[in-house]
Amino acid sequence: MNVQPLHIGTAGSEPAAAAGPPVVELAGVSKRFGARAALDDVTLTVRRGEVLGIIGRSGAGKSTLIRCLNGLERPDAGEVRIEGRAISRLSERELQPMRRRIGMIFQHFNLLANSTASENVALPLKIAGIAKAERMRRAGELLDLVGLSDRGGAYPAQLSGGQKQRVGIARALAAEPALLLSDEATSALDPETTGQILELLRDINRRLGLTVALVTHEMEVVREIASRVVVLENGRVAEEGEVWRVFADPQAPITATLLRSLRPELPADLAARLTNTLGGEAVFRLDLIGDAARAPLLAELAGRFGIEARLLHGGIETIQGRPVARLFVAVSPSPAVDLAAIAAFFASRATRSDLLGHVSSSP
Amino acid sequence: MSAHLLDLLLKATGETLLMTAASGLASLVFGLPIGLLLVVTSPGGVWPAPWTNRVLGTLVDAFRSVPFIILLVALIPFTRLVVGTSIGTSAAIVPLSIAAIPYYARIAEVSLREVDSGLVEAVRAMGGSRWALVREVLVPEALPSLVAGFVVTLITLIGATAIAGAIGAGGLGDLAIRYGYQRFQTEVMLAVVVVLILLVTILQKGGDALVARLDHRR
Repeated sequence: MNVQPLHIGTAGSEPAAAAGPPVVELAGVSKRFGARAALDDVTLTVRRGEVLGIIGRSGAGKSTLIRCLNGLERPDAGEVRIEGRAISRLSERELQPMRRRIGMIFQHFNLLANSTASENVALPLKIAGIAKAERMRRAGELLDLVGLSDRGGAYPAQLSGGQKQRVGIARALAAEPALLLSDEATSALDPETTGQILELLRDINRRLGLTVALVTHEMEVVREIASRVVVLENGRVAEEGEVWRVFADPQAPITATLLRSLRPELPADLAARLTNTLGGEAVFRLDLIGDAARAPLLAELAGRFGIEARLLHGGIETIQGRPVARLFVAVSPSPAVDLAAIAAFFASRATRSDLLGHVSSSP
Repeated sequence: MSAHLLDLLLKATGETLLMTAASGLASLVFGLPIGLLLVVTSPGGVWPAPWTNRVLGTLVDAFRSVPFIILLVALIPFTRLVVGTSIGTSAAIVPLSIAAIPYYARIAEVSLREVDSGLVEAVRAMGGSRWALVREVLVPEALPSLVAGFVVTLITLIGATAIAGAIGAGGLGDLAIRYGYQRFQTEVMLAVVVVLILLVTILQKGGDALVARLDHRR
């Protein structure tokens, strides 16, 4: 009998399988505001059923990018295709039926203050010309879906931030969209509420198979919910890939910067004692993915070289069902085993291994 | 106060109310759409049209910059064309309306401009037409503020009706001038002031209560 390995860490679950046909395609999209290039030659695809995270610092062009996806912003150059149809040259009127296929949620919720939760949810249906009885029935179902069945008569001012965003999500889903756009939807919420909203979005992605493109400046959001991530810097795509891969092995410096607060780092007091002088213990940083992250690495090291390694710091988490580990390890080379051999062993197992330095006395 | 004076007071109150209500209605019917046009045609508006916006804005300001007493006289030929006479209560309604329309148009414009642009964007994003943006977002979201501005307009109109007395429009102001001032009947003057205070207070309190019922922003 196979025993499933226990996963340690947060975000355990895999998003709905991706790799469907493209819902959105951007090809060479550029947009300038005055002298500043908000988007510079951006090419990307959002596939059916996937959750695409678009991340970057503020001013990186994320919001402009997501607003290009439903024609709220028009690119200066390049092409945007929604379900195969080019939208860049459509008039505002021609865009309207296409926009009804795309739901959008916002950082500040953007709910009508003088309409109740039900009326807000029903609004896209009213705009689509659906009769009142039918749209109110549907609004009830949607409020039920987002866990607010008893708050339909409440006005937005009577709801908490998390509840407002639930109403926003229900409203975005009302017209049964093919794509959901999320523009910093959790950025105005506290961490606990953020977790609940992301849980809801993940649930909707799985149950309805809804395609989601979300913009955020928080890597946690990407880790929790996205299957693929696009990293933007100064309007350009700096890096793109599956989330677990980008987390475990970031290629662009900007990605590493954005990830810094999420990945274990050597404690400051230890880092301060590192020197380049040989002697004492050598401190390695190891990034491991998949089976390598689960393997008893330090025991193997001890078995093979007869030396002991100490785990200083680090952790293992599961992203999209794959273990991703970062370990800080101190080893004392013996006369028989030199540093190069140990480094070679680590390099053979880890996606990345770095010798950070040496500490003379036991850290 | 004699029964005769009481009759005069009642009649004058009726005339003031009629003039205020009629020109108030005109300001609502014509001023609100003009205010809407000013907002939607402005740069960054729902339907930007720089030239329409500029011409309309200039026209509105031109009428607003003419003092009411001058407008009253200058419009006499137009008034005669519309109501057949240039004196009396119904004649006064024409210049009062012409003054009130641009006044309320600007007040409505300010109210409509205050609507969070994020709401307009949200409804654009769900495929709303320009008409839907006006009907579903701009007007309902600005409604409490539009009502409050309308109350201000009505109270301003009550003041303006007194000036309309100059063309024989009657009304409370006219009564106060002719009896209270020119005939030294101080009690008429006082009675008119009390009635005016009552009218304004009732309007303002009623308006405030209505606004509170319409406003769900807090």
